[in-house]
Amino acid sequence: MSKIRKNYDTSFRTRFRRYILGETELPEVDYMPMYKKQIAEEKAEDERATEHYLMPPEVDPMEDAKRYAELSGMRWFRRLYGVMALLLCVAISGLLIYNVAFMPEFGSADTAMTNEVTERYIEKGQEETGVVNTVTGVILQYRGFDTFGETHVLFLATIAVMILLKRRKDEEPVRMDGENPGGDRILRTMAHFMVPLIFLFGLYILVNGHLSPGGGFSGGAVLGAGLILYSASFGFTATARFFNERIYDIVKVGSLMLYSLLIIYYLFTGANGIDSIVPLGKAGAIISSGLILPINILVGFEVACTMYAFFALFRKGGL
Amino acid sequence: MDFVRNFPFICIMLAMVSGPVSSVLSGKKAGRLSMLVVSVCGILSAVTLVYTLQLTEPFVYTMGRFPAPFGNEIRAGVFEALMATFFCLIMVLSLIGGLKYLKTDVPDEKKNLYFIMINLLLASLLSLIYTNDMFTGYVFVEINTISACGLIMIRGWGRNILAATKYMVMSLLGSGLVLVSISILYGITGHLLMSNIHTAVAELVASKNHIEPLIIAVGLFSVGIAIKSALFPFHAWLPDAYSYSTCSSSAILSSLVSKGYILFLMKFIYRVIGSDVFKMTGADDVLFLFGIAAMLVGSIDAIQQTDISRMIAFSSIAQIGYIYMGFGLGVEAGMVASAFHILAHASAKSMLFVSANGLSEVSGGSMNYRDLRGSGIRNRSAGIGFVVGSLSMVGIPLFAGFTSKVYFAKAALGATTSKEIVTLIALAISTILNAMYFIRMTLSVYTPRMNEHYEDRDFRPGFTYRFSMFVFIIIVLVLGILSNPIFDWISRGLSQFS
Repeated sequence: MSKIRKNYDTSFRTRFRRYILGETELPEVDYMPMYKKQIAEEKAEDERATEHYLMPPEVDPMEDAKRYAELSGMRWFRRLYGVMALLLCVAISGLLIYNVAFMPEFGSADTAMTNEVTERYIEKGQEETGVVNTVTGVILQYRGFDTFGETHVLFLATIAVMILLKRRKDEEPVRMDGENPGGDRILRTMAHFMVPLIFLFGLYILVNGHLSPGGGFSGGAVLGAGLILYSASFGFTATARFFNERIYDIVKVGSLMLYSLLIIYYLFTGANGIDSIVPLGKAGAIISSGLILPINILVGFEVACTMYAFFALFRKGGL
Repeated sequence: MDFVRNFPFICIMLAMVSGPVSSVLSGKKAGRLSMLVVSVCGILSAVTLVYTLQLTEPFVYTMGRFPAPFGNEIRAGVFEALMATFFCLIMVLSLIGGLKYLKTDVPDEKKNLYFIMINLLLASLLSLIYTNDMFTGYVFVEINTISACGLIMIRGWGRNILAATKYMVMSLLGSGLVLVSISILYGITGHLLMSNIHTAVAELVASKNHIEPLIIAVGLFSVGIAIKSALFPFHAWLPDAYSYSTCSSSAILSSLVSKGYILFLMKFIYRVIGSDVFKMTGADDVLFLFGIAAMLVGSIDAIQQTDISRMIAFSSIAQIGYIYMGFGLGVEAGMVASAFHILAHASAKSMLFVSANGLSEVSGGSMNYRDLRGSGIRNRSAGIGFVVGSLSMVGIPLFAGFTSKVYFAKAALGATTSKEIVTLIALAISTILNAMYFIRMTLSVYTPRMNEHYEDRDFRPGFTYRFSMFVFIIIVLVLGILSNPIFDWISRGLSQFS
C-alpha cells in the first residue's frame, strides 16, 4: 500500500520474508492484479483460452524468476536453507531416537498395550463378530466407523486427482502417444495368461477376508493391479469394452452407497440397542460373519476403482 | 434413549453419503444437494444444542455394537453442539455468498467435484468436533486435508496449483507429526479412546513412568496442529492458499478448516492430556510465545500488502495467533476466550472474504487497493459487509472482535504476571496494527476515484449475496452484543470436557 514500495522491495527483510514465504520462484506479486485485469478483458473475447492463464505473455516467468533470484542474492539463502534443513532433520531424528529409549519394550508381555481391549479382541473376537481373521473383525466391526472414513479418504483422493488432471472432452490428450498405451508382444502374451489369474487371486483375497489374512483393501489392490496391467498391455479401447467411465461410476458409487447403507444399518442398530437381523453364521464358513463379507467385497471394488482411476487419470486425463 | 441422541451421527452420515451421490449428479444439482445437506446438518445440530443444554452431562453415542474402548464412539456436549451448529451456519453462508463467483471460477464439468469436497469437508469437521477417539480424529484430519487441497486448486490456475502443493506438503508434514504423536501415546497408554488415555496419562504422571515419551508426544501433536492451522513460523502456505482460491473456498478455508484442527487440539489438551499435564510439559509457554509473535508478524505483513485478499489472508495469521495465545495463557478463562475467538474470527473472516470478492467484482476483477477505490459505493452490500468485518477485526465495541479481545484481556489478568503484561501489551499493539490496515482499506474502498463515471452505479448484487451479507452482519453483531449466553455455553461445555 505504500508509495515507496521500491525501497523496501530490495531491503534485506523483504527479501528474506519473500524467501520464507516461497515467493522467490515467481515474479513479483504486483503482476497479480494486472493479469487478472487482462483476464477480465480477454474472457469476453475468448473465455476458453484464458482459463489456464498463468502469466502475462510478454514476461517469460522462468527468465524473470531467474533474474530475480540473481538480483536479490537468493543463492545465499538457498545455501542457508540446505544447512538448516539438514540440522532440522538431524535434530528431529535425534529426538525420535531418544524417544525410543524410553518407550516400553516392543513385544514384551507387560506393556500398556496388552490390556482389556486387545484381550477382548483376541478372546471374544470370533464369538462376537464371527470372523476367524481377527484383524478383519477389528477394522470392520469393532472400529467400523474408522474404516468407513478411511474408504472415503480413497474416494476423496481420486476426486482430488480428477480436479487436477481430468481434461474436458474436447481437449487434446496429455501424452504424445495418445490414449492407447501400446503394449508390445511379450507384455501382451504374458498379460494374456496373468490377468485372469490376478483377477481370480484378487477375488479370492476379497471373499476370504474374514477367514485368512487379506480383505477389502488388499484384495481391491490386487484387482486394481490386474485392471492396470490389462489396460497397459491391451490399451484403453480394449479396457473400455468392459470398464468405461459409466461402469466405473456405477461400480464405484454403487459400492460406496451400499457400503454406506450397510454401515449405517450396523452403527444405527448397534447404538440404539436394536437386534441385528443379520445372522453371524458358523465361524470358518465362507458365508458367515454377517455384514463383514459384503462390506469386504464392496471395499474391494472401491479400492480397485481407485487404483485404476489413478492410472487412467495420470495416463490420459480421463477414464 | 431419546431419538435426538442420534442427530450427531445422522449429521455425519448425511454429509458422508452425500459426497459419493454428488459425483454422479450434475454441478447444479450437486450444489443444491450440498447446500441442503449443510443446512439440514445445521438444523439438526441446533436441536442437539438445545437438547444438550437440558442435560447436565454430555451424552455418549456408541458407533456400532461394541461399547467404547472396544469400538468407536462419539460424544456430544454443549460445546460440541454449539461449534457444529455454528460451523454449518458459516459454511452455508459462505457457499451462498460465493455462489456467483463459483459459476465463473469453476469449470462446469468440475462443479460437482467441488461440492463433493464441500460435503466431505463438512463430514470431517463434524467428526473432528464430535469424536472421542484419537484415531477417528486422525482419519478425519486426513479427509479434511485432502478436501481442503481440492478447494484450493479447483480454480485451476497455476497459482492455485502452486498454493495447493505448498498446502499439501506442509499439511502432510503436520499430519505425520500428529500420527507419530498418537502412536507414541498409544504405545505408553495402550488406548486410543480419549477418556481412557486421560486416566492412563494421570497414572503415568503420578508414577513418573514414561515421562519423556509423553512430553515428546505432546510436543509433536502441538507442532503438527500448529503447522496445519498456520501458527506463525509455519504460516508460509497460508497467504497463497487463501487469497487465490475462489470466494467460497477462501471463506471456508480461513474460517472453518484451520478451526477444525484447533478444536482437535483443544480436545487433546483437555480430554486427552489434561490441562495440568499440558502445563507441566511446558507446551503452553511455547504456544503462548508463538501466538504473541504471530499476532504481531501477521499484522505487520498484512500492512505491506497491496492486494485486498492477501491482506485479509495475512490478518488470519494474526488472528490464529490470538487463539494460540489464549491456549498458552494457562488458565481456563484463556481457553474460553480462545473458543469464543474461534466464533468471532470465523464469522468476520468469512464475511470479509465474501465482501472482498464483491468489491473486486465491481472493480474489473482486480484485488489491488488502487483499483478498489470507490467500490464500496458501487457495491453497497459488499461495502457494508467489509466495514462491519473490519470493525470486528479491529475490535470496535458492539462487534464480535471487541468482545473476544475483552475476554482475552480478562483472562490475562488471571495468568502469571509476566504473561499478563506481555498479553496486554501485545493486545494493544496488535489492535493498533489491525486498525492501520483495515481502516486504511475501508477508507480506500469508500474514496471515489477522481473523475469517476460511475457506470457501475446501478450494480445490484444478487439476492443470495445480499442475504448472506445480511446474516453475516447479524451474526457478528449478535456475537458482539449478546455474547453472554454464548460465553456461558462455551464455559459450560469446556467444564464438561474434563
